[in-house]
Amino acid sequence: MFRLLENKMLVPNLYHALISAPDVAKAAQAGQFVIIRPTEASERIPLTISDWDAARGTVSVVYMKVGKTTAEFAALTAGQDLATVAGPLGNPMEMGLFGHVVCVGGCYGLASIYPMARELKRLGNRVTIVIEGRSSYLLYWQQKLRSVSDDLIVITRDGSKGLPGHINNLTGVISRQAVPVNRVIINGCNYLMMRGSQETRPLGIRTIVSLNTLMIDGTGMCGVCRCTVSGSTKFACVDGPHFDGHEVDWDELNKRRGAYLVEETQVLRSSKGE
Amino acid sequence: MTEQNETGSKPVKKMDLNRREMPKQQPEVRITNFQEVALGYAAETAIEEAMRCLQCRKPGCVPNCPVGIDIPGFIAAIDQRDFQSGVNILKQKNALPSVCGRVCPQEEQCESGCILTKRKSSVAIGRLERFLGDWEAILGDDAPPEIAPATGKKVAIIGGGPAGLTAAVDLARFGHSVIVFEALHKMGGVLSYGIPEFRLPKAIVDREVNYLRRLGVEMRTDYIIGKTRSIDSLLEEVDAVFVATGAGLPWFMEMPGNNLNGVYSANEYLTRINLMKGYDFPSAATPVKQHRKVAVLGGGNVAMDCARTALRLGAEVSILYRRSREELPARLEEVENAEEEGIIFRYLTLPVRAIGDDHFQVKALECIRMELGEPDASGRRSPVRVPESEFVLDFDCVIHAIGNSPNPLIPASTPGLEISKRGTIVTDLETGMTSKERVWSGGDVASGAATVINAMGAGRRAATSIHAYLCEPVPWPRGEGA
Ligand SMILES: Cc1cc2nc3c(=O)[nH]c(=O)nc-3n(C[C@H](O)[C@H](O)[C@H](O)COP(=O)(O)OP(=O)(O)OC[C@H]3O[C@@H](n4cnc5c(N)ncnc54)[C@H](O)[C@@H]3O)c2cc1C
Repeated sequence: MFRLLENKMLVPNLYHALISAPDVAKAAQAGQFVIIRPTEASERIPLTISDWDAARGTVSVVYMKVGKTTAEFAALTAGQDLATVAGPLGNPMEMGLFGHVVCVGGCYGLASIYPMARELKRLGNRVTIVIEGRSSYLLYWQQKLRSVSDDLIVITRDGSKGLPGHINNLTGVISRQAVPVNRVIINGCNYLMMRGSQETRPLGIRTIVSLNTLMIDGTGMCGVCRCTVSGSTKFACVDGPHFDGHEVDWDELNKRRGAYLVEETQVLRSSKGE
Repeated sequence: MTEQNETGSKPVKKMDLNRREMPKQQPEVRITNFQEVALGYAAETAIEEAMRCLQCRKPGCVPNCPVGIDIPGFIAAIDQRDFQSGVNILKQKNALPSVCGRVCPQEEQCESGCILTKRKSSVAIGRLERFLGDWEAILGDDAPPEIAPATGKKVAIIGGGPAGLTAAVDLARFGHSVIVFEALHKMGGVLSYGIPEFRLPKAIVDREVNYLRRLGVEMRTDYIIGKTRSIDSLLEEVDAVFVATGAGLPWFMEMPGNNLNGVYSANEYLTRINLMKGYDFPSAATPVKQHRKVAVLGGGNVAMDCARTALRLGAEVSILYRRSREELPARLEEVENAEEEGIIFRYLTLPVRAIGDDHFQVKALECIRMELGEPDASGRRSPVRVPESEFVLDFDCVIHAIGNSPNPLIPASTPGLEISKRGTIVTDLETGMTSKERVWSGGDVASGAATVINAMGAGRRAATSIHAYLCEPVPWPRGEGA
């Protein structure tokens, strides 16, 4: 029922899938996610919706091949069906006329900030996009991102493109802006979001992150996505996934995220027949 | 020799006070597998058990059945070896006999009203119901279900649990076109993701879902109403909506340490294992931890299911309950099963804090002793803390099984739908009508967490009301029953 129309490697280890899911596409808003179960035997995993086309009935996701489930996903080809594509889930990213918004993306986050930047721009904000990667060959969608921003700043750790360094350049980037920054949005791995939030905290700029927790149903039924924000427990799937980055208990988040590392390694070994 | 039946109807043969035992897997065997524990009656045993029924003229069992099954009727059919008639009688009121025969709390319902209960042991009504349901699956006449001519009306059902399944069957047979939306990838609700295989084999649930398919019911899984599509948008296309989304939001006992790794809601734990087949890890991809010492918090059926599941995965399991055995809300049969299997029951014990190790993994629970005081509003003696009685027990897994409330997705996305303080959808008890025009609701989402049979009863009442409304629309009784 959820036909895969395209499933291609964008850059090493990161894949883009275009999926036919008309009702999801009709309802999607920037910042929401889908739960995908590539095959009948796969896990259910949350992936941010990175683009959609309500008229064509398609949604896009960008995912990193890390474990068994994403490997199963990557092994599927156009024309095959996915077992589950459920959504759009979670709250949309808060939208409005904020002034100058800096959207920061790393890894799959380059794709997930795209619809947020697009909507912010449409609403009349000044949008600066900052993308970060280990090296220039790991960056993608730069044209698309440029088309929804006033400025696109690239940071690479090896200096192969743009500014050399990593997310701790964010303070410098923000302070060099001619127009003061009113809000920062960060999407990517939890480390990027944590470090980015640490950078913006002394600047006193409201910073929204989109948490990346384990999930099963994605509708508030299981509670595995528990996280602590402002001292109280939230379910990332229904209360989030967007939270104030200065209020998140990052240490807890990272430790909960790694809860199944041993089993994930075990499952990878067993699927390789070891 | 004959004696007078207590209802004074007719002379009957001597009362047989011994209910027939149902064979079970031996405890030491069953704790090593996920197969069903109770094995069901053989036909001859069922007939013997049916013969114990006194066929009271004013049966005490029927009024105690939430859906009013003609119990003496189906038992008489078994007695006469006419199993197909028995099935037909059952199915007039209950679409899911194989399910209810297994999971209904019969001892509190039909069987508690049986005249033989006072003498020794009631007729084993649940086991006989199960027998007929299972017999039908294998040897029943498999006649295509009778469906009334198409009415041209369309009904959307939200939620594929017992309430939704029952309403779908009835509405389809009335000739309406029915579509069921289910959030998860599998139909069945709690029957699929909650109740474990060893108590309710999933093949039985699949069979019931297939029956729906044969009735021409359209099923859309992976479809979350309130997210993928709103009720208001559905109402533009269908004539009526029945909301049967259950009570799926888990509660956690309030204490520090709940976010440590190794701490689960019952929903998460059971979903990993039942819905995602975690017992088959690593063949099925969803991981389940190999825990050594498991604590289950709570004393209801859900707690028993979690405990017995953890045991089958090889752990030593304790149930921590703040009152005593007498107050356990779980069915006695399940408590006995759990005891036989070697679950440790720690009564009068209240956890107050989960303690973690350096890796953020739970390693122990700090608990406090309780004693029983005066009876509370529910009539159960309320537990009070014994001062300075704290103690620590080692556990590497803690499962909260203290209850669920309805998921707020639908309330939050449906203007005009009245919601109670407890988060349930307010309905008229007789009809299931809500405050919103053309929207009905029933099952756990309206009653709060209850039972399979109650959910089915609500599904049936709503279907009847929807059918009446679709045949002859009346002005919506706004606010009534609120
Ligand atoms: C572990 C466990 C053991 C139990 N044991 C027993 C027992 O032995 N005997 C007994 O009688 N009762 C038992 N119960 C209770 C019983 O299962 C419930 O009372 C019954 O299932 C309620 O039926 P329902 O149809 O109202 O809801 P559910 O069975 O909860 O089904 C609701 C369905 O709706 C779906 N849904 C939710 N939100 C949406 C949405 N927005 N859009 C689409 N779909 C949605 C859910 O995914 C779910 O499949 C048990 C419950 C649990 C959790």
